[in-house]
Amino acid sequence: MTEPDAVSGVDGAAKQAGRGANEEGEGTIRRVTEPDAVSGVDGAAKQAGRGANEEGEGTIRRVTEAKHHEVRQTTTRTITLEVTRYRPGQDSAPVLESFDVPLMDDWAVLDGLNYIKDQLDGTLSFRWSCRMGICGSCGMNVNGEPRLTCGTFFTEFGDGPIRIEPLKGFPIIRDLVVEVDDFLDKLRHVKPWLIREGEELPLTTEHAQTPAQLEAYKQYSMCINCMLCYSACPVYVLDPDFLGPAAIALAQRYELDSRDMGDRFDMLNLDEAVWGCTFVGECTKVCPKHVDPAEAIQRYKVTAAMRSILPWSRR
Amino acid sequence: MTTAYRPPRDHAWFLRNRNYTVFVARELTSVFVAWAIVFLMIVIDAVLNGGDPAAFAGQPWVIALNVVALAATTFHAVTFLNLAPTATVIRLDGYRLPAWMIQGGNHSAWLLISAVIAYFVLRTP
Repeated sequence: MTEPDAVSGVDGAAKQAGRGANEEGEGTIRRVTEPDAVSGVDGAAKQAGRGANEEGEGTIRRVTEAKHHEVRQTTTRTITLEVTRYRPGQDSAPVLESFDVPLMDDWAVLDGLNYIKDQLDGTLSFRWSCRMGICGSCGMNVNGEPRLTCGTFFTEFGDGPIRIEPLKGFPIIRDLVVEVDDFLDKLRHVKPWLIREGEELPLTTEHAQTPAQLEAYKQYSMCINCMLCYSACPVYVLDPDFLGPAAIALAQRYELDSRDMGDRFDMLNLDEAVWGCTFVGECTKVCPKHVDPAEAIQRYKVTAAMRSILPWSRR
Repeated sequence: MTTAYRPPRDHAWFLRNRNYTVFVARELTSVFVAWAIVFLMIVIDAVLNGGDPAAFAGQPWVIALNVVALAATTFHAVTFLNLAPTATVIRLDGYRLPAWMIQGGNHSAWLLISAVIAYFVLRTP
């Protein structure tokens, strides 16, 4: 998610915005043959001009008519998506906008958003990339719960409506796009990489591990940095100084790795780090990769307490 | 980037999600744990100074408060002991002890200690 291409086409959207505005007049048909990742921030900002002309200030608009889509030939059922819209410079606060999209059994919420983007309102901005629960880009609040929208299917919600909001706890840049700088800073802070000391060994050197050594940290290595745990954590939402579940879980992942020689005690044994956690446990419940950050934090509390009692001991 | 919208603090956050509400309820039961300690100290003080602890403990409002405190502290203790396996990873010959074994051990120890205390407190002199 730290890669530029994971932020769905920021620059690409800028280019496509102009094209979309020029090609799409009222009632014209725009054929979209494949999903293009144009859910960009800057691009959407350029599209904002067109959006502003079409939409009244502060209104909740209901979009029911698709200009054209092949899906409409196979289904007549629809489901309403209530989507947060926020256009910086235009809106003083986010508002909800309703869109009716085809209710397809095999559609995820992300498919619905892409339908809106492609067919109903090209100015809608959101992040997505892999569509298979790997990249961690498409995390949003779905009916109040942090979810990966690529893995959240319409069939869960009956006839709807489904409310889609940006992840709670983060500043909103535009629509469903949140600012992740704070999270990335926290992630860097815990040095989530193997720290080695002493002589630098050749790149061909193997660092063999036993199955037990692998098992000790494997669970925590599954984190995809989707930030759902931050959005679910009331401590982080109320106090953004809290280091947060994913960063601590990843720190613990390397602390438990037999190949790592670093010591993250000073960055974890703090009120803003493990001791700030009140063990609500929601981070673990919402984690799509079953990482169990709550466990990582509580285990490090025991480690930190033991090291405080027995200062000569290490992890 | 500077125009990002920062939502205001949600003062009713614990009402937005059932798990948040249960969490806050669990935390609030700490107040009754504190009361149980205060009550114990009052009773011990009465015993040591030749007073009648029953005179204080037998008042209707103390009885009512202690009934609520018993329920709250039991809820607090059960939920606390059930969370213990999350912080405690015990491996026996490479096999990680399942959560129910740690929870079972905690609850068994709790009941045993309670029974021993009850024996000494309730026995006829």
